[in-house]
Amino acid sequence: MALLSKKDAKLVLDPLADNNPITIQVLGICSALAITAQLQAAVVMAISVMFVLGMGNVVISLMRNIIPSKIRIIAQLVVVAALVIIVDQVLKAFAYELSKTLSVFVGLIITNCIIMGRFEAFALGNTPWRSFLDGIGNALGYGIILVIVAFLRELLGSGTLFGIKVLGDPIAKTGVYALGYENNGFMIIPPAALIVVGIIIWVQRSRNPALIEEN
Amino acid sequence: MLEHVELFFKSIFIDNMVFAVFLGMCSFLAVSKKVSTAVGLGAAVIFVLAVTVPLNWLLDQYLLQPGALSWLGPEYADYDLSFLSFILFIATIATMVQLVEIVVEKFTPALYNSLGIFLPLIAVNCAILGGSLFMQSREIETLGLALNYGVASGIGWFLAIVAIAAIREKIRYSNVPAPLRGLGITFIITGLMGIGFQSFGGMLTGGDEGGGDKEEAGKEMAAQPEEATDQDKKEEESLKKETTVSYNDLVKKPQ
Repeated sequence: MALLSKKDAKLVLDPLADNNPITIQVLGICSALAITAQLQAAVVMAISVMFVLGMGNVVISLMRNIIPSKIRIIAQLVVVAALVIIVDQVLKAFAYELSKTLSVFVGLIITNCIIMGRFEAFALGNTPWRSFLDGIGNALGYGIILVIVAFLRELLGSGTLFGIKVLGDPIAKTGVYALGYENNGFMIIPPAALIVVGIIIWVQRSRNPALIEEN
Repeated sequence: MLEHVELFFKSIFIDNMVFAVFLGMCSFLAVSKKVSTAVGLGAAVIFVLAVTVPLNWLLDQYLLQPGALSWLGPEYADYDLSFLSFILFIATIATMVQLVEIVVEKFTPALYNSLGIFLPLIAVNCAILGGSLFMQSREIETLGLALNYGVASGIGWFLAIVAIAAIREKIRYSNVPAPLRGLGITFIITGLMGIGFQSFGGMLTGGDEGGGDKEEAGKEMAAQPEEATDQDKKEEESLKKETTVSYNDLVKKPQ
């Protein structure tokens, strides 16, 4: 981090924990939950969001003085949509299987609230370099939660990580399965993602009581 | 007719926007503190989905699909513009939302005031774009079915947000552990409701031998940590499901 001044480093590091886009700002939940049954999909999703958010923040920040405020939402949507089309085409060309798994959720990056939220809250009022750092930081914060959730769900649900059987073979009863361990089918179904995120929020807030909400 | 009924109930309960595919979660979590506002936003979502899904279906059929341009002449039959679908869909949605806002403001100012702040936000609600994208990826066949799909997914979203808002109004009087208050407990409740909605999965397939049985088995596994009474209830439900499905099958056969 020697490259960055203290203020710039804060832009990148803050969203990782205390200002995390998912657990604190409550943005970008939609895609975060649906694609976390497999670690690989989650990592690809995180990288795609990082690309879109980083580039989008720079573009919006460059145009911030020429966008009329009345139609800024549409202008922002067009910028995001163009970037997402690039991501989608690249995925289809180089990782076709994966783009099938992600299906519509790549397209839904367009309406990922993190992106619109950061455009509105940051890129419209800051220089391109700072906006870029802010975008990368928030995408990293988003990615971390995604990877944690996907790690837990894939490990407990299928006993695999990145598709590799780390816990042994459930059918041949090797590894931990020889001891009577069973995969928890509950972790595969979509609602489990919500509960895992709920527990992450619980852990995070009990470690840092300043984040607790009044009800 | 039957396919309409099937799609309608499937979109509301089985493929529920919130509980099955997690669309529109941002506003779902942000605007669900009071039932009255939740009803307003839900109604607006139904309306916008009902308008944008059929519109995007037309765009998809006559502009975007591979070979969709053939109505212009045989030399256009090779064009495949589907890579443009994101940008066109979102443009339609943003425009429609703006248009709806203007029309509602002009003709029913009372409704406008109650929905006011939510209307522009709907443009960036994932449920709306998700509706159009699912419509495209599931290859819905006719305009009528597309309209049906839009309305039904809207109703599903409406039900979900009203239900969670009602629970959150009550939960204010409960003693929730401090770090879970607000967001945390909402997530967990939504998860539990999602598990409940999973049981609708048997509504259309439960009577079939193959897929249905597997789903039932999966549910049994999921239900193990719960109490025995719940399991009894589930068994009852599955019995009901079987009767419904066999009826459906009977009706289908003559077609």
